[in-house]
Amino acid sequence: MEEKFIKFGKNLVTTDEFVAPGHSFCIGCGEALALRLACKALGKNIIIASVTGCIEISTSPLPYTSWKVPWIHTLFENAAAVISGAEAGLKILMKKGKMPERDIKCVAIAGDGGTSDIGLQALSGAFERNHNFLYLCFDNEAYMNTGIQRSSATPYGASTTTAPAGKFSIGQITWKKDMGKIAVAHNIPYVATACPSYPFDLMNKVKKGGEVKGPAYVHIFSPCPTGWRCATDLTIEIGRLAVETGIFPLYEVENGLYKLNVDRPKLKPVEEYLKPQGRFRHLPDGEIEKIQEHVNEEYAKLKAKVAALPA
Amino acid sequence: MSRRVALEASHAVTEATRMADVDVISAYPITPQTHIPERLAEMVADGELSAAYIPVESEHSAMSACLGAAAIGARTFTATAGQGLELMHEVVYIASSMRYPVVMAVCNRALSAPLSVWGDHSDAMAVRDTGWIQIFCQNSQEAFDLTLWAFRVGEDPKVLFPVMVHLDGFTLSHVTEPVILPEQSEVNRFLPKFQYPFALNPDKPMTHGAFGPPEIYSETKLAQEVAFRNSKEVILRGWKEFGDIFGRYYHPVEEYKTENAKTLLLTMGSFSETAKIVIDKKRDKGEAVGLISLRLWRPFPFEELRQAVENAEILIVFDRCISSGGPGGPVFSEVRSALYDEKERPKIVSFIGGLGGRDMPQKDFEYVIDHGREIAEKRSEELFETVGVRGEVTGIRG
Repeated sequence: MEEKFIKFGKNLVTTDEFVAPGHSFCIGCGEALALRLACKALGKNIIIASVTGCIEISTSPLPYTSWKVPWIHTLFENAAAVISGAEAGLKILMKKGKMPERDIKCVAIAGDGGTSDIGLQALSGAFERNHNFLYLCFDNEAYMNTGIQRSSATPYGASTTTAPAGKFSIGQITWKKDMGKIAVAHNIPYVATACPSYPFDLMNKVKKGGEVKGPAYVHIFSPCPTGWRCATDLTIEIGRLAVETGIFPLYEVENGLYKLNVDRPKLKPVEEYLKPQGRFRHLPDGEIEKIQEHVNEEYAKLKAKVAALPA
Repeated sequence: MSRRVALEASHAVTEATRMADVDVISAYPITPQTHIPERLAEMVADGELSAAYIPVESEHSAMSACLGAAAIGARTFTATAGQGLELMHEVVYIASSMRYPVVMAVCNRALSAPLSVWGDHSDAMAVRDTGWIQIFCQNSQEAFDLTLWAFRVGEDPKVLFPVMVHLDGFTLSHVTEPVILPEQSEVNRFLPKFQYPFALNPDKPMTHGAFGPPEIYSETKLAQEVAFRNSKEVILRGWKEFGDIFGRYYHPVEEYKTENAKTLLLTMGSFSETAKIVIDKKRDKGEAVGLISLRLWRPFPFEELRQAVENAEILIVFDRCISSGGPGGPVFSEVRSALYDEKERPKIVSFIGGLGGRDMPQKDFEYVIDHGREIAEKRSEELFETVGVRGEVTGIRG
């Protein structure tokens, strides 16, 4: 099997690496894998603006860098604004003849906190202004870089260091903020969800997002063994379970039309997803049922959209 | 041929920006800065200026977009005031630390609360240590000249620091005055094309903004500080070149009727012009008074200040900002500190006034000079005196 992949894999995906090894991501990091795949899908003619977070801190300790493509990090909440300036700048310099005409894709990368919390305003502004850029949100469902503090992307029932499970709390008491819906509400040409457990689907979506003219958003579910309190060899499996249970459906919305990329006639019970993760260990059966109901409801709503507005 | 036209100071800034052929403008409206982005947007809409105008959703994003634009090598401009400068505060540090020569006009405005859209220097003082080259304008001509000069100096490969051009909100930003506009060819002679040596480009990948672990942060910041102080040479050369082409010469510390002056008043920005009238009147009466105006605020002009005050007995520093709980006005503190090691130095008095758009008419400057002299002659118990403020408190004790 391995032999076959070595033989055929390189025909499917470039063997070029754009994020060099020697970085300091944790063992089993889903985000690192997703980032590597996303960069392979985009190629070298890009400029990346990164927020502060796991990716930034793991790839750029001065005087070293893992980046083989142009990369800029400035602050935590402003990647969408920084890339707005770069995109507008490239366009006008080419128009004024100060730079040769060429295709350079502007890409912003951020975590869930840098996207759905502190960076939401800048992202909304960049969507609304219709910059030609791709935004990749690597969602590991909490502020992992600072030590597993809750974000608005943390799922209901998860225990984090700032929303811990205790005698009087189940941990996170709010449902995960749905960034996909928020992106769709901006009427941008391309929105998709992805997960490194489905590498070709992820790369296809990132590539498509990079080719779209106008804003594109890909929300990448990135399992985090460190923060999710699970075995480091379960990253791929947990990502797959998130999709198979309907907790994180893989879909894309192209010009307002929906497509479900992985559709199972019958969803697996959410318990299978929750069980291997220490962050959900404390949940009583009643809460698991509540999560199951919520997932069923949300999944049905998504399917209804796919049926009503098929791509 | 240059032409003499009536221009509001805000529009003097935008004319300079237009003649500098700026590439990217990213701004968010805030009183009293609005005339600047409005006019630039109009220029872009009418094709008078070929630039990208990014109507961002906040000042934080205004400066962030400037970073992105400067990073790919675009000539970049923004403008703000008061709360806007405060909202973009953390981004202001990034521009200087990452060596992006953004030019920003600040129409100086008081800080809330209570809300005040009117002028003082609280916003400028809050960004004192951000590592930007900072200068203060006195009139519309200077607003034009110094904006043009800001691009020239900031973008110099030996400098690569952002430049803040301060002009007082309303009392300067909204004042229409005669301004001499140069020919485009003269501007081109003064301002070369922007060639950013570290532009992000896929052909030569570079990492901007790596983080600094404790083993390297101190060295990084010290290297930045050395480079920042070394910018002084280019600052001065820029003014010399400007004068040689346009005929107007600028200096880090502007002196007015300082010959044989025993008492010197120190001001910044447009209020210096009112103060000059008062100095004229006092000189007519035979009083040995003069004015020095700090034009270059950062890097601080230690040498020029020392020379300007070396023969004075009394130096009265007028601040438009309170350094809450501190030793006096922020400019006063810096000036006193700069002169502390001098064997002979004037007695230095701190006055604070003109806050939140409070006018400083001639009589108030007369009071500042007269009362300042009295205070200097006895040892004052007050850390600073106030001027033009109603109520029983006229000074604050330490």
